[in-house]
Amino acid sequence: MTMNTQMQWGVRTVAVATVAIGVLLTGCGKKDEAGGTAPAGKKTNVANIGSDTMVNLAAAWAEAYGAVDKTVVIEVNGGGSGVGIKGLLNGTAELANSSRHIEDKEKAELKEKRQLDAKEYVVGFDALSIYVHKDNPMNEITMEQLRDIYGATGTTTKWSELGITAIPGAKGDEIIRVSRQNNSGTYEYFKEAVVGKKNEFKLGSLDMNGSKDVVELVGKTPNAIGYSGMGYANPSVKMLKVAKKKGDPYIAPSIAATHDKSYPIARPMFFYTAGEPAPHLKKYIDWTMSDDGQKYVESTGYVPLPKK
Amino acid sequence: MSKEPTEVLSPALAVPIARRGQAAVLGERVIEGLVYLCGISAIVFVFGIFFFVFKEGAPFLAKLDFKEFFFSKEWIPTSSVQPKYGIGALIVGTLSVTTLAMVIAVPFGLGAAIFVSEFCTGKTKETLKIVIELLAAIPSVVWGFIGLSVMSPVIIAVFHVPVGVNLFNAAMLLALMSVPIMVSMGEDALKAVPDSYREAGIALGATRWQLVYRVLLPAAKNGLLAAVLLGVGRAIGETMAVLMATGHAVNIPDSIFDPVRTLTATIAAELGETSHGSPHYQVLFLIGVVLFSITFVVNLAADFIVKGIKRK
Repeated sequence: MTMNTQMQWGVRTVAVATVAIGVLLTGCGKKDEAGGTAPAGKKTNVANIGSDTMVNLAAAWAEAYGAVDKTVVIEVNGGGSGVGIKGLLNGTAELANSSRHIEDKEKAELKEKRQLDAKEYVVGFDALSIYVHKDNPMNEITMEQLRDIYGATGTTTKWSELGITAIPGAKGDEIIRVSRQNNSGTYEYFKEAVVGKKNEFKLGSLDMNGSKDVVELVGKTPNAIGYSGMGYANPSVKMLKVAKKKGDPYIAPSIAATHDKSYPIARPMFFYTAGEPAPHLKKYIDWTMSDDGQKYVESTGYVPLPKK
Repeated sequence: MSKEPTEVLSPALAVPIARRGQAAVLGERVIEGLVYLCGISAIVFVFGIFFFVFKEGAPFLAKLDFKEFFFSKEWIPTSSVQPKYGIGALIVGTLSVTTLAMVIAVPFGLGAAIFVSEFCTGKTKETLKIVIELLAAIPSVVWGFIGLSVMSPVIIAVFHVPVGVNLFNAAMLLALMSVPIMVSMGEDALKAVPDSYREAGIALGATRWQLVYRVLLPAAKNGLLAAVLLGVGRAIGETMAVLMATGHAVNIPDSIFDPVRTLTATIAAELGETSHGSPHYQVLFLIGVVLFSITFVVNLAADFIVKGIKRK
């Protein structure tokens, strides 16, 4: 009898506790969705929304800026370049991150809705190198060849199809494609620039979880090819020169070639504001473009602005 | 359970009964309650976690094509044209890595357990046990790094295959990671066999090997099975090492030297940067539910096997 009631009590406690924990966890989930709440006090918040490619860089800047100016809190959110610019249009963002130029249509809409001109700042560059093993005799590649290797519509799967027949240390002829996990900005940009926006990656690539891992793996695998930020090169890999199409000059990836726009897999990264930025925001933008701010461009794997 | 001390019936035999103070009784109750809570907390947490994981993934169930989900090998969740959520290749990846890891680990693990428990004494035994426990203390990121940068070139050179991060590489790492668990659990199981069994065996003229094979293994089989299953659990759930060493490629392997991708590694690699509540996010939680179910089935099967053995 006593045993029985205790059992019942037990079952009920389990049920209640389960529900309680469930509710707790749900509660946590909801809070995340709404975004962190702004700290109280005299702090000025800046809504900084936009490009997913730039979100890591923007977050690194925002964090470091906390030590530079304690009265300003930069709230970084991703969503895509379009989301950021849309934020400027309807006033939910004060600073938009964009990895593409603002469109004329968007400029006109901003003028019409808020009577403001979009102001553009180039804050850094995103450039990807194509890496192969150091013993691979290949030195150059075209964008078309890359598309055929990586894209779902491409048919290139063997090195011999690219005219490479003897890679020292390589076993077999297969091209081992090294790529990134599907939600990284690098993956997105490579897809956009090389594979094609309407195309998909060929499945079966080795999707590494970091820029450094890609280069590390290519360095250990004679049959491999991979893409990653320019700053990750090491002695066991080689960066290929890239041409836009067959017949065009092959350009070696470098900071200079990124700045003069001759290297094909590179793009500038922008900040946009609606009209002249407020003084505290102007101060932030100037800081990101200063030598101090540009340090973070390099440390997050992008190409900094030309030195003044 | 706790009855009040019964009143003494006959006054003639009256002996003063020591009664506990209110505080002591209350204290007893509180401690009892706390211990009880500790006991059931595991159940509460398991259900709570399952509830949470399921809740996050559930909104996608309505839109989910189950046939595609389980059997398609096309995992393209971030496509801007037509996202595809097929986890067939990932399930095959998880199962193949785990199976191969167990094929390598079970003979080594149980062999080592038998050696440590039955054939080895004194200093050797102590040293071996300490070293094996040390093996268990290596973090999985370190294992992954070893797979990526040490084993991968070796595999290319030794087996003449084009890529070194693959099913075999990850299975080797998982085997090395689950062996220590199997050894310590297996050794405990063998130690629990009463010495009288050993003495009886020797008295009947059995050799050492006959003793192990005919007496100890059958006597300790429940414990040994539990040791193996703990190893399986370790292998299925492992994330970081397999993320780095499998090659993380959406691919159904033709040979043990093909790169694969596991369910756990997919969640680890993709969940961090997925926006909250998006279909991709929800599908990743559904993968969590699938993993949960696989582990549940493994444990349940183990339970039935153990019960079956007991009945015999």
